[in-house]
Amino acid sequence: MSNRSVVVVGGGIAGIQASIDLANMGFRVYLVEQTPSIGGRMAQLDKTFPTNDCSMCILAPKMIECAGHENVELLTYSELAEVRGTEDDFKVTVRRKPRYVDLTRCTGCGDCTEKCPRRVPDEFNVGLGKRKAIYLPFPQAVPRKVTIDEEACLYLTKGRCRVCEEVCQAGAIDFEQQEEILELEVGALLLATGFDPFDPASLEEYGYGKIENVITGLEYERLICASGPTGGHLERPSDGKVPGAVAFIQCVGSRDVNYKPYCSSVCCMHATKEAILANEHYPDLKSFIFYTDMRAVGKQFQEYIIRARDEYDVSYVRSRPGKITVDEETSNPIVWYDETVYSEAGDPVRRVTSLEVDLVVLCQALVPHTDHQEMAQKLGLELDESGFIAIEDRLFHPVDTSVAGVFACGFCQGPQDIPDSVIQASAAAARVAEILSLEDRELEHA
Amino acid sequence: MPKTRVGVFVCHCGNNIGGVVRVPEVVEYARTLPNVACVEDNLYTCSEEGLSSIREQIAEHGLNRVVVASCTPRTHEPLFREACEQAGLNKYLFEFVNIREHCSWVHMHDPAMATQKAKELVRMGVAKARFLEPQEEFESSVFPAALVIGGGVAGMTAALGLANQGIQVHLVERDQELGGLIREVRTLFPAGQATEEVLQPLAEQVRNHRQITVHLGSEVEDVGGFIGDFDVAVKADGQVNNLKVGAVIVATGAEELKPTGLYRYSELGNVVTQLEFEERFKRGADVPRDVVIINCVGARIPERTYCGRFCCTTAIKNAIWIKEREPEASVFVLHRDVMAYGVQIEESYRRAMELGVRFLRYDPENPPQILGDGRAEAVRVQHQLMGKEIVLPAELVVLTTPLVARDDNPRLSKMLKVPLGGEGFFLEAHLKLRPIEFSTDGVYVCGSARYPANIPESVSQAYASAAKASIPIREGVVRAEAITALCDERTCSACGNCVEVCPFGAVELQEGRFGRTAQVNPAQCKGCGCCVAACPSGAMQQSGFNDRQLLSMIGALAEEMTGGVGE
Repeated sequence: MSNRSVVVVGGGIAGIQASIDLANMGFRVYLVEQTPSIGGRMAQLDKTFPTNDCSMCILAPKMIECAGHENVELLTYSELAEVRGTEDDFKVTVRRKPRYVDLTRCTGCGDCTEKCPRRVPDEFNVGLGKRKAIYLPFPQAVPRKVTIDEEACLYLTKGRCRVCEEVCQAGAIDFEQQEEILELEVGALLLATGFDPFDPASLEEYGYGKIENVITGLEYERLICASGPTGGHLERPSDGKVPGAVAFIQCVGSRDVNYKPYCSSVCCMHATKEAILANEHYPDLKSFIFYTDMRAVGKQFQEYIIRARDEYDVSYVRSRPGKITVDEETSNPIVWYDETVYSEAGDPVRRVTSLEVDLVVLCQALVPHTDHQEMAQKLGLELDESGFIAIEDRLFHPVDTSVAGVFACGFCQGPQDIPDSVIQASAAAARVAEILSLEDRELEHA
Repeated sequence: MPKTRVGVFVCHCGNNIGGVVRVPEVVEYARTLPNVACVEDNLYTCSEEGLSSIREQIAEHGLNRVVVASCTPRTHEPLFREACEQAGLNKYLFEFVNIREHCSWVHMHDPAMATQKAKELVRMGVAKARFLEPQEEFESSVFPAALVIGGGVAGMTAALGLANQGIQVHLVERDQELGGLIREVRTLFPAGQATEEVLQPLAEQVRNHRQITVHLGSEVEDVGGFIGDFDVAVKADGQVNNLKVGAVIVATGAEELKPTGLYRYSELGNVVTQLEFEERFKRGADVPRDVVIINCVGARIPERTYCGRFCCTTAIKNAIWIKEREPEASVFVLHRDVMAYGVQIEESYRRAMELGVRFLRYDPENPPQILGDGRAEAVRVQHQLMGKEIVLPAELVVLTTPLVARDDNPRLSKMLKVPLGGEGFFLEAHLKLRPIEFSTDGVYVCGSARYPANIPESVSQAYASAAKASIPIREGVVRAEAITALCDERTCSACGNCVEVCPFGAVELQEGRFGRTAQVNPAQCKGCGCCVAACPSGAMQQSGFNDRQLLSMIGALAEEMTGGVGE
């Protein structure tokens, strides 16, 4: 009988789906997630294209199903430390970081968070809001347990405070908690470590970090989200004003041999969705999407673009802006780009023109997770030129990595949207079932 | 009948509820309600302390109904139901009242009204609880075999994915050969591998697998039954073969659009589709020197709005193929957007440009014109950047067309009780998170039958569908929802409304004790309640939400307003 346990690394939508499928197939799943909650990037999205489903509303039931499954053991706030062995016989060491909270006691009531005096930038809101040193990463977090950020906690850094301990009626605070090392024996590993957004500050011409009203796509997503730092009110950074005109700039760092040569696959639809949402919130708001090619290749995607154009007043401008400047008086960004116009005689003239808007959103490239290279080294995995997990036979084994028994799904192996990630997650689960069932199958026919 | 004894547990949820709703007041109020035998408040009803208290009070007070007023059933109902079950109470005798989302959260600035509303909701919950009935979850066994319809790349992969798990598979293919549409494609993206080199070993594996029975030259004639127990009639050479399977995978693919009437296709011999190009030139005809490829032919137009997803990739692949063989050839790709998504396709797009393939954008309002008499000689197109018309010499014009749904899809859709989308492809349960499942349990879809998909995408989908189909088969049993619709045959007039509105194909008109009436198959019913709402005679009732239960809630709500007293 082969080993019927699997380690899934990454608790985003791909890792969650793979875990649910494997658990339903009868495998024991250890879902290792670096942050205090599963949910991943999808949890940060407001809505999802092309149905405009509330992202959290469709994700949360999956998170709960996953965490509540009798075959799934959730290892949040944990990391892969070491992997030894081969297919069917891996020894995986997982490092469980101390969260200074007893998970069996914490009820997630939030009393401690309310009283904690220390405020730090909130990573769930990509730094746009503040959270406390003891915190629930977001309201629907799973597990619904708080975590003490040891780098921010006054007691852990300066030796005084312990207010959380005083107010916790469940007696869950445990400042003595130590890092835990878990040794797991599993038959296969499944990687679903997702993406990080590319930092667009290196494209100096767009002024990110210098021009206040130039923000990234993910920042915009939090601003327009009802659970975000502004409660879903689109307020631009400089003065909190609701923008009247927004420019979305596509391929920021993507499809650019100086940065990331590949297409990030989701940004055309992502920008279209954001423009639709803006117009839904503020019917007078006008959006401009500056694009290279409008890559709307999925089911119902073209129809979504047509709707954006016809019903939500979205203008698609085919141009790659060369520069963004700022009007110092109004703090309005000015987008410089080139276009073809026609002279009175009908002759085409190529000229540089500009558009003043209230807010610019940079749809930045999406890159493999920052810690991804280190993980690949631990596993002896090959990466492709862009840093994604290399797939040897993309055609017929699209989720098999260069190491037997290790599978990869979702964005960590190449840019893709949620449905494709979910499909690959289930596919990877099927591959695990195939290799770990082989032995049983032979027995059956012996 | 034992006396109805209701236990009410009101949760503070720390400050989440208790900070707004005056919980002690709600507790005192609950004590005054009819049939309430005990009321308790808990700091956290969901904590081990709260749960054991539920269990203890059931024993101590002989409770036979439990009401918890706390947060949301979405996260906590299973927990409280389990506590009831552990104390020997059927878990469907539990009723949830949400006083967090419905009271403390939405009315946080008005504690008095939030408290008032909490009381009313508790009163309604108790009223309903009195009429709750125990329910049993219907369990049925799963036949340990699967049917895969379609023997292309998706179908073969799905079959192998299941068979390698030790599951018996029937693979039904209409043609006399395995392979599907891909057989017409000569070389594969991105490396230009000959299709046969990879297709043959795959087909061989399928044919030789002892868990796979391949039915060639066969068609699925009829499918009856439901998850775990499908009866399938497969017809070959006039003979009908009856199979029993537990799950079905649809992998019937799609076909290339033949663009009759567009760009003088079928009028001019040297205007061909991409597949015809593969057939003609990759078989050995001389490589053409002046080629114009036109993309989005018959796609992204008002009559056919969708994008064919991988047609741009095909155009890039074939443009590279020409340039590699004939570096001096002039190859133009006229497009609307180059859909080179991801890493590999974008890389090939760049490579094509490096090889000298010219990509020109055209305006669909002013599409390219084919020039020539008897055969295409040139293509005239408006150059978007130069803003003027140019004429490109063309020895061959290749039209890139999308895949279109197969004509047979409506028949299959009806047979399997699964829907088609507007464009004729199979419509999945949810575009985002259930992309290869149907609302009907036990039926799955993969490959271009769902929407145009390239090989890696089809293979991923095929494996994914194998994962889904294997779950009930590995489990051996399926447990159906206990909250289902039931038909009172004596009142049913057999109008068929329920059959029509049921999204899961769970209701059928059948001969029974009282003649022809609606019958609900509990294995398929999800308890959505559509049929209950559609029934004009009140014959359809939903367990857990029947008229008596719901009217008692409404009555309880009205009590205060009318000053009347409930039952």
